[in-house]
Amino acid sequence: MDPIQTLVKDLAEKHGRSRESVLPILQGVVEQEKFLSERSMIEIAREIDIPAADVYGTATFYSFLETKPTGKFIIRVCKTITCAMKGKNQILFAIQDMLKISLGETTPDKQFTLLETNCLGWCHKAPAMLINDEIYTELTPEKVREILTGYMKVNVNH
Amino acid sequence: MATSNQLKRVDFIFRNENDWEKILSSTLKKKPQDLINELISSELKGRGGAGFPTGLKWKLTAESKEKEKYVICNADEGEPGTFKDREILSRVPYKVLTAMAICGYITGAKRGYIYLRGEYKFLLPELNKVIDEFDYYCKETDLDFKISIFMGSGAYICGEETALMESMEGKRGEPRNKPPFPTQSGFKGKPTVINNVETLVHTFTIFKYGAKKFYDLGVQYSRGTKLFSVSGDTPKPGIYELELGMSLQDFVYEFGDGDTKAVQVGGASGFLVPRKKFKDAAIGFKGKLTGISLPTGGSMMLFNSSRSMFNVLDNYLEFFREESCGQCTPCRVGCQQLLLGIKAVKRGEKPASYLDKLLRLTETMQYTAKCGLGQSVANSFSSIVENFREEMIY
Amino acid sequence: MSKKVNITINGFPVEITTGKTILEAAEEQGITIPTLCHHKDLCVAGNCRVCVVEVAGQNRLSAACATPCEEGMEILTNSLKVRNSRKQIIELLLAEHNADCTKCYRNGNCELQTLASEYKIMTQDFIELVPLKHFSIDAYSPSIIKDDSKCIRCQRCVRTCAGLQGVNALTVAHKGDKMKITTFFEKAMRDVVCTNCGQCVNHCPTGALVEKNYIEEVWEAIANPNKHVVVQTAPAVRVGLGEELGMKPGKSITGKMVAALKRLGFDSVLDTDFTADLTIIEEGTELLTRLKKALVDKDESVSLPMATSCSPGWIKYIEHMFPEHLKNLSTCKSPQQMFGALVKTYYANARNIKPEDIVSVSIMPCTAKKYEAFRPEMHDSGYRDVDYVLTTRELAILIKQAGLDFNKLEPAKYDRLMGESSGAAVIFGATGGVMEAALRTAYEIVTGREVPFENLNITPVRGSDGIREATIKIENPVEEWAFLDGVELKCAIAHGLINAKSVMESVRAGTADYHFVEFMACPGGCLGGGGQPIPTNPEIRQKRAEAIYAEDEGLPIRKSHENHEITKLYKDFLKEPLGEVSHHLLHTKYTKRERY
Repeated sequence: MDPIQTLVKDLAEKHGRSRESVLPILQGVVEQEKFLSERSMIEIAREIDIPAADVYGTATFYSFLETKPTGKFIIRVCKTITCAMKGKNQILFAIQDMLKISLGETTPDKQFTLLETNCLGWCHKAPAMLINDEIYTELTPEKVREILTGYMKVNVNH
Repeated sequence: MATSNQLKRVDFIFRNENDWEKILSSTLKKKPQDLINELISSELKGRGGAGFPTGLKWKLTAESKEKEKYVICNADEGEPGTFKDREILSRVPYKVLTAMAICGYITGAKRGYIYLRGEYKFLLPELNKVIDEFDYYCKETDLDFKISIFMGSGAYICGEETALMESMEGKRGEPRNKPPFPTQSGFKGKPTVINNVETLVHTFTIFKYGAKKFYDLGVQYSRGTKLFSVSGDTPKPGIYELELGMSLQDFVYEFGDGDTKAVQVGGASGFLVPRKKFKDAAIGFKGKLTGISLPTGGSMMLFNSSRSMFNVLDNYLEFFREESCGQCTPCRVGCQQLLLGIKAVKRGEKPASYLDKLLRLTETMQYTAKCGLGQSVANSFSSIVENFREEMIY
Repeated sequence: MSKKVNITINGFPVEITTGKTILEAAEEQGITIPTLCHHKDLCVAGNCRVCVVEVAGQNRLSAACATPCEEGMEILTNSLKVRNSRKQIIELLLAEHNADCTKCYRNGNCELQTLASEYKIMTQDFIELVPLKHFSIDAYSPSIIKDDSKCIRCQRCVRTCAGLQGVNALTVAHKGDKMKITTFFEKAMRDVVCTNCGQCVNHCPTGALVEKNYIEEVWEAIANPNKHVVVQTAPAVRVGLGEELGMKPGKSITGKMVAALKRLGFDSVLDTDFTADLTIIEEGTELLTRLKKALVDKDESVSLPMATSCSPGWIKYIEHMFPEHLKNLSTCKSPQQMFGALVKTYYANARNIKPEDIVSVSIMPCTAKKYEAFRPEMHDSGYRDVDYVLTTRELAILIKQAGLDFNKLEPAKYDRLMGESSGAAVIFGATGGVMEAALRTAYEIVTGREVPFENLNITPVRGSDGIREATIKIENPVEEWAFLDGVELKCAIAHGLINAKSVMESVRAGTADYHFVEFMACPGGCLGGGGQPIPTNPEIRQKRAEAIYAEDEGLPIRKSHENHEITKLYKDFLKEPLGEVSHHLLHTKYTKRERY
């Protein structure tokens, strides 16, 4: 068994093999792999015995279930009203400038993917962003640079 | 002029009370029927935004003869401008769990789920710890009730109760046709109580202090307190528990920056109230006798005179265009038309009168969309376009 | 007695059976409420919102298809509010739809076009969305073309593919403005589990899903003086074609159809029924051989139940979904492909025409047949056995283009050599028909007597239930088949792939003790095929079935083995069933496929 097969099988053992397990399994794969490949969806379909097309249709409904390869760190900048009012664009510029990528792109070293997202629920501390599951609020361009530098260091050390 | 209360801060929800075990065990000694009556007499209405009477919801589910039933806590807080549920779950999660268990006792449900939005995944470790503790307590006291967390993955529409259940069933989060309602046929087709996080915490307050204490707060048709998520152009953004029924005037006096142009009540799916109407607008549920009453999930976004209402509406519409599930025509196509339409008017590609066509479109969306999302796009659209028409055109 | 509720519709009080929807109640009262996502074959979706009606006391409108009638409801189906809303919804759909109707294959038979015309949508104020999106056309499949720019996202195709067929090649993906109907990972239809059954085409209200047509290719072949164009017509075509030409469902028009084909310029008009009879001889013999091996020789390698192999949608389905059970399939080619293989060998020889000069065309109620003809192994004559497959709908187009007044045509007869048919072959077009035809012949081979049913009508295998079972006890067989004495031959019939799936699941689980199962991909069998006239629904299919059984009763020969041309074929060419020539030309192999 290859790693994807093992991963999906383990997740199915943990969450069960009914239709209700689909989302937890998809989330489990994304947690590990960062995105859902064709292969992983075929495995999920096989493992819980549902149509592969349904797995795809379900996965693409949810913004946090990526179906394209992404970097190790997915940056999701909130673009909803309060964050937009409080300088979301400056945050985006700072990130784009630092990582040299545009929205929707991944750095060539496959470390960072830059995305926008809808309301993160931190409007009182806007602007906000998620890096993977970590939340960062009351951002300024300086603060963002600091945060990203931190992530880059972690990388170098690994 | 509206008869409104002064702005009254209250502290029930976040009051740190380490007595949930006591409240739970004493409540479970009472008869379910008495508890339902208590809840009904409190006149608590759902705090997610729709305002359905909570007691009635529990009663309907309790009356069902089905063996298998569910309690779901809706923590898919996605409405722009709300963040209260996150705060509740990080500060007083045991109140939510206790309320769910009591609901299970009353309705006969043995399983409870918290549907937590993917954006709040960082809450998971702490929440799981609390649930483990709660589980242990249930085991010790032979209480047959189990709570688990179901994670969402980024879909605003899953806050709609039937979409949430579809999502829990492993499908696309597309709202169902109603009827049947969840109290008859909910999660896995079984009778289900689904309540907003805050609603559950209010039931905790009611079971602890009695319905009267709750009922005595607020105004007619809008009893009790409510958490407000305050953001935008305000010197003090944050979460505040306030008595229902205050006028928007009082609210702005307290939270405005002295230059408040308009307040968006209830998030992108709520209403925008311009300065000239602050006095007449009261925050509460429909049925209030005077003035405009604004039901709300608690999102209060303030805009000062530096803000373009066109940009605000543009931002909302982009949100809806992306977050519509896409299944029904009026919502899927309507949201795209509204967004493209206001842009076209702004650019001069469509005449100003096109705004009237779009207003009629929102009316159609309100009448015909399958769920609350498509139905309520009309709220912000018409209140912004009607009050700030000039800003849409020039 | 079922319970009733009292409601009013447009002010008139009516009594309605409890549980009926507003849409059904209105229909009973002769009021048509327009629908798009609703279809009688499918589960309720309630997503197009065209059917909204006003219920007194409610500010919001209700979807008539999804709202049950309740006591005291006062329903308005045509109030100003309803009309305005409905009209705006149609406008919205048009704004999202590539409404270049004159260039559309479904022009003239499109539900959205009809609605737009009824509601007189004369202007388009809304902003057209199609130019803003990057729609692509999937035309890679030999059977079906999918054009997303014409899709109105009613999801009828998705519900068809899942609910009716259990195939799930199509799904809804993404959300909001990006929501679309697509396949696994948005692959081309030819690269996924799609069986080409064409039920999605039959159920699509617009031109988003249509058959790939070969009309021009066929006209060209006819026009080419160096080509000898042979046409075969499948059993179900004769009971469907009339609907495309303005007749009511349930008319069998075999003679007129043959006359029309001759006037279109085909050099020889022959009948797929002929090879349907041939299939019965080959497949019946195969079944009896398998039974002998299993029951007498105790050969455990023999797979039972034996499954029919006439339906190419079913074949592709089992190749994808139950590849471990391909041995259960009869090795017989479908009648279309047997015909194709014989036309360029037996027929060419008898008529003294070079096979390379023959263009073999078939008229089928089916879109999967187009794919079947394209399968690489279907070359046993040394050439592509069948060159072009047209659906019933395409034939109607040929007839209209040729300007034939169909009603005035004098009925004609099929040409000789491969044009004779028994009633048994005709009923191939209905679910249960292959089974009935096989039993008529096999029982007689084994016992020397006719099947013990009045007028040869084996009614237990007929009907419309998705899965049907029948048992025939064999008594006093002739000496050769003595081992079958007392054996109860257990048969099953499944139509619609969702039913095929459930039978196959019991076969896989080992809980099915059938000897012989007839599988048809489409609901109702071929008469409900994906190439048949649109619309389709249970009532229409019922009418077509009645026409088929009437045609059978009216024919002088009712049993495949009594078809004279078949006897001649064996005598002159094949020699014996399952013989060497048969093996080479009439039997085939199957391919395991991926399940996505």
